Amino acid sequence: MSNIPADLRYAKSHEWLKVAADGTALVGITDYAQNSLGDITFAQLPKVGATLKAGETFGVVESVKAASDVYSPVAGTVLEVNKALDANPEKINQAPYTDAWIMKLKLANPADAAGLLSAEDYGKLTG
Amino acid sequence: MSLPQVTPLNAFHRTHGGRMVDFAGWDMPVQYKSILEEHKAVRTRCGLFDVSHMGEADVKGPEALKFLQHLVTNDCSKLFPGRVLYTVMCYPHGGVVDDLLVYMRGEGDYLLCINAGNIAKDIAWMQEQARGFNCTVVDRSPGYAQLAIQGPTAAVLVQTLTKTDLAGIKYYHFADGEVAGVKCIISRTGYTGEDGVELYCAAADGVRLAEAVVAAGGPFGLELTGLGARDSLRLEAGFPLYGHEITDKITPITAGLGWVVKFDKGPFIGSDVLKAEKEKGSAKKIVFFKTGDRRIVRAETPVLNAAGAVVGSVVSGTLSPVLNEAIGSALVEAPAAKEALAVDIRGTKLNLHLVKPPFVALKKN
Repeated sequence: MSNIPADLRYAKSHEWLKVAADGTALVGITDYAQNSLGDITFAQLPKVGATLKAGETFGVVESVKAASDVYSPVAGTVLEVNKALDANPEKINQAPYTDAWIMKLKLANPADAAGLLSAEDYGKLTG
Repeated sequence: MSLPQVTPLNAFHRTHGGRMVDFAGWDMPVQYKSILEEHKAVRTRCGLFDVSHMGEADVKGPEALKFLQHLVTNDCSKLFPGRVLYTVMCYPHGGVVDDLLVYMRGEGDYLLCINAGNIAKDIAWMQEQARGFNCTVVDRSPGYAQLAIQGPTAAVLVQTLTKTDLAGIKYYHFADGEVAGVKCIISRTGYTGEDGVELYCAAADGVRLAEAVVAAGGPFGLELTGLGARDSLRLEAGFPLYGHEITDKITPITAGLGWVVKFDKGPFIGSDVLKAEKEKGSAKKIVFFKTGDRRIVRAETPVLNAAGAVVGSVVSGTLSPVLNEAIGSALVEAPAAKEALAVDIRGTKLNLHLVKPPFVALKKN
């Protein structure tokens, strides 16, 4: 059973979104996704300042098995990226919801987060 | 519908948390916990691999040696009972049918170990070539389980389970013995570049042997290791894998395996073509590279010269868990191998630094 924190929102493509009160959000990949990929060997991070549409590719997470595109769950602007993943991409395996957030977004429209899956619905998708 | 084949250890893998994938038509564990951790365990301690999917064949008869000398490129007359030889067998055009181990059990009595994905093809090929020789080729694959215990502590671990003196069996030698009460061929061979053993036993004894190795393995840091680590370990050691560095279109000379091609033993299948290639020089060659970057350079990635022209193609690629950078091999036009080479990975140009394998220092066997 994979870990699906109740306080996050989820995309069908296995990214999570953690919205803060100030209209920013952290984005990463789910425990289910990291477990499916296996050992993560490389994370290609987006550029700070990049403007992303909902569903747009913002990076690549690569494992021994395959390189997978990751998609922005919502529209927004990249405020910050998690540089620690350059040297230690395996953090995505170890702490996918905390240490291994990939980017911090300024949401184009904070209401968009409500359109994503709840933990319960994401659990049904991956169950 | 064609279901994947299973080894005698299939339930063992599932019980021990193996992540099962299809490999060459076999349902095999690619990993148990982590490919990278399993790889490191074999470099520093030891790992247990189920390699029961590998094929075995008996070659027996008064002309078994004469047949093998015709069939394979290496010189089987150098064998004696208890000795193992690595070789390839080729088509008349020089491409490789398979790479294999030849075990000499006695006069006119040999055991071959062949690749899982090639069993049917190899057996048919060998039986056809054996016509006219007074010997038989018989597929024994279903009868055997095969376990590989590899790593610096592998031999000391297995020594606790057997009366056979493992230190007395040199690299590429074997002996019949009992391990954990199971009759085995104890072979000092492997596909990781580390010290260790490969144990061939009756299929029905495979699980009992594996459980005994696991039960004894704790003090030696044993990990269960899957095909993912097996592939990265072999690539780090610079060993070829059929379908990658050697294929029916890549000759052993092209692949850098000239050391297993012995022209002085007399003619064999493909010898004329291989000799001509050796004398004239190969049009293409297999090279090994690292990049200094973590992006994996996967098979079929085009290899580019300084002008950006395609001069070859990657055949194997992974992340070296020891070096923490991408390593791989590529088939490139021979003149290009002397120039600067690069690949483009998702828009990032990475230079290939050619190296002579192994990529990591390996303990001398």
